[in-house]
Amino acid sequence: MSQQITGAQSLVKSLEAAGVVDMFGLPGGAILPAYDPIYDSKIRHILVRHEQGAGHAAEGYAQVTGRAGVCIATSGPGATNLVTPLADAAMDSVPMVAITGQVPGPAIGTDAFQEADIRGITMPFTKHNFLVTHPDEIPNAVAQAFHIATTGRPGPVLVDVTKDALQAMTEFNWPKEIKLPGYRIPGAPSDQSILDAAQLIFESKKPVFYVGGGVIKANASAELRELVELVGAPVVTTLMALGSFPDSHRQHLGMPGMHGSVSAVTALQKADLLITLGARFDDRVTGKLSSFAPKARVIHVDIDPAEIGKNRSVDVPINGDLKAVIKSLIPAVKRVGKPDLASWWHALDKLKATYPVGYDKPEDGSLAPQYVIERIGQISGPDSIYVAGVGQHQMWASQFINYEKPRTWLNSGGAGTMGYAVPAAMGAKVGAPDSTVWAIDGDGCFQMTNQELVTCALNNIPIKVAIINNESLGMVRQWQTLFYKGRYSNTDLKSKLVPDFVMLAESMGCVGLRCEDPSQVNATIDKAMSINDQPVVVDFRVNRDSMVWPMVAAGTSNDDIMVARETAPDWDSQEL
Amino acid sequence: MAKHTLAVLVDNSSGVLARVASLFARRAFNIDSLAVGPTEDPAISRMTIVVNVEGHALEQVIRQLDKLINVIHISEIKPAKSTQEELILVKVMNNPRIESIITKFGAKIVDTTEDAVIIESTNSVALNEELLASLKQFGIIEFVQSGVVALSHGRQSLADQTLDIQSVSTDRQADYQN
Repeated sequence: MSQQITGAQSLVKSLEAAGVVDMFGLPGGAILPAYDPIYDSKIRHILVRHEQGAGHAAEGYAQVTGRAGVCIATSGPGATNLVTPLADAAMDSVPMVAITGQVPGPAIGTDAFQEADIRGITMPFTKHNFLVTHPDEIPNAVAQAFHIATTGRPGPVLVDVTKDALQAMTEFNWPKEIKLPGYRIPGAPSDQSILDAAQLIFESKKPVFYVGGGVIKANASAELRELVELVGAPVVTTLMALGSFPDSHRQHLGMPGMHGSVSAVTALQKADLLITLGARFDDRVTGKLSSFAPKARVIHVDIDPAEIGKNRSVDVPINGDLKAVIKSLIPAVKRVGKPDLASWWHALDKLKATYPVGYDKPEDGSLAPQYVIERIGQISGPDSIYVAGVGQHQMWASQFINYEKPRTWLNSGGAGTMGYAVPAAMGAKVGAPDSTVWAIDGDGCFQMTNQELVTCALNNIPIKVAIINNESLGMVRQWQTLFYKGRYSNTDLKSKLVPDFVMLAESMGCVGLRCEDPSQVNATIDKAMSINDQPVVVDFRVNRDSMVWPMVAAGTSNDDIMVARETAPDWDSQEL
Repeated sequence: MAKHTLAVLVDNSSGVLARVASLFARRAFNIDSLAVGPTEDPAISRMTIVVNVEGHALEQVIRQLDKLINVIHISEIKPAKSTQEELILVKVMNNPRIESIITKFGAKIVDTTEDAVIIESTNSVALNEELLASLKQFGIIEFVQSGVVALSHGRQSLADQTLDIQSVSTDRQADYQN
């Protein structure tokens, strides 16, 4: 008979067996038994200041490593504080395992102290979740959780374990195999569908590679590049796909969607074929769906069959792992032939040259937020990892930093979670300790989750934070400017008055810097780059009226893209 | 909109009904009826779900349902090649003319008191609706209806078609992690 141990010990042994190296969490009553064996475990546990921070840190960790991020919290409010990161991870297909304590089995349903039905709460936005009430079930639940989180379309999985299951005695038996009859990972695509796709590519005159975050999840960047160079067609990478294909590549047209480049948006609108790879026709990309890419036939490759045909009907559906599909497509294209794209490129090159993504310097001499972000990208370079919050700064960071490599751009794309950047950057730095990690944050976002800088300072996680301080909820303010006659209802944060971000940073054990003069931007970034033993926070005080352009207003057609306020592209001079 | 009957095999574990219901609610799919019960295998339950959707939406319903880990298999039960029935119990005021009407529908009286009777009918949704309409004249006091259950005709069972259990060695799991 094997050794009797507690359920808590079994839980920690299970996490070790699943290959967990780092996790983020905060103890409390129901999870307390697990924290005793954590004290002895080789797993590094990073004590956060708020469970939401643990959740986003796990996401950041997962996004840079490709492995499941792990967070741990107690029952009730501890667990509910993980709700936002779990929802965020579900929207962006981030592999993540959340462990929560639950009140003892007999107390479930009695409104016990710190009881919350976290399994019920998280059903809609976990890939799966477990309520474990018996200690013998712990290893199997943990093994299944990691398997589900990291395979197929990745996503978050929650394992809720009752306190009595943690305290009771059990044997540790790590399962030799995982039996999940209801869980299928797509196999190899049919030869016919690959051939059909190659045929459509050959017949097309205006094809576009519409590349989504799935390429990064599938680690298929090298294969993508080979296919793209073989076909010769233009590429657009969505917000979730930045870095999957080098921004500097000649065939790259930029990002499509609401704040995409004119050339990317227009190429999709005029295309006769979309080669859709791991993208999901999100409303932020398509604009008004019925007018999106109206003449295009569609090849849609996705590992999740429910995405294929969900929003847009498809001519060639291919359900499978992107890496495998692209690898099969390459020889098929070689066999069937390449399309002639000379006239397509003639038009696109002109468009690209006429409408580069750019910005105007503020007339009053104040600091342009775009300039700050652009310089951070140039000085820190393409090996750094950039993590954005949500809003204007996020869009500028997507537009003005060049991403050359996968897993160097992290943001909250689907959920749009303000407050993502600081804790996700913390997780990214733990996952990639040798990389420079910049959080590009807004002054609104930063005030939601900056407490994790304490965690960074105490645990030697020297991230760098650029607060793009326009003393506003800037994206909302931009919409108020454009659509609500400049009536700035509740978007004025007064963040140049309070808090003093420099003092706040220093009080949390970070170096605080400030910059409001364009001529000091380079020196300030250099200074931040020179500090590697402490987190650095820079309060970049920028012009508050700068706006994100181009823009397709919500619910309108991508044909109505505006390059600046009240300025549409001059279509008459284009030959598309 | 058209009605489609789905037979769904699920793990017989706690919370499965909630997962399915939650999925239908959050994806804004309409359920016409839902019946859940055991199967010949104690580890598996069977749900019969009647949904009211168009072709494209039906595909979404099936694909989204299939993503639930506890859902093992989904099959659409075509009306022409199956038997699909629901049970209704109807309480009406007692009347000597009832007997002749319900006989036509193959229904029967299962309880009689001085002033009221309970009629039981197991039939297709359409015929039960017709029965209810013809009982209206006696004054329907109360009625209760089960979800539709359905079985395809012929020798094969749903479970035969599908249960090749996928198992994955935990050694391979380490690859996914690294």
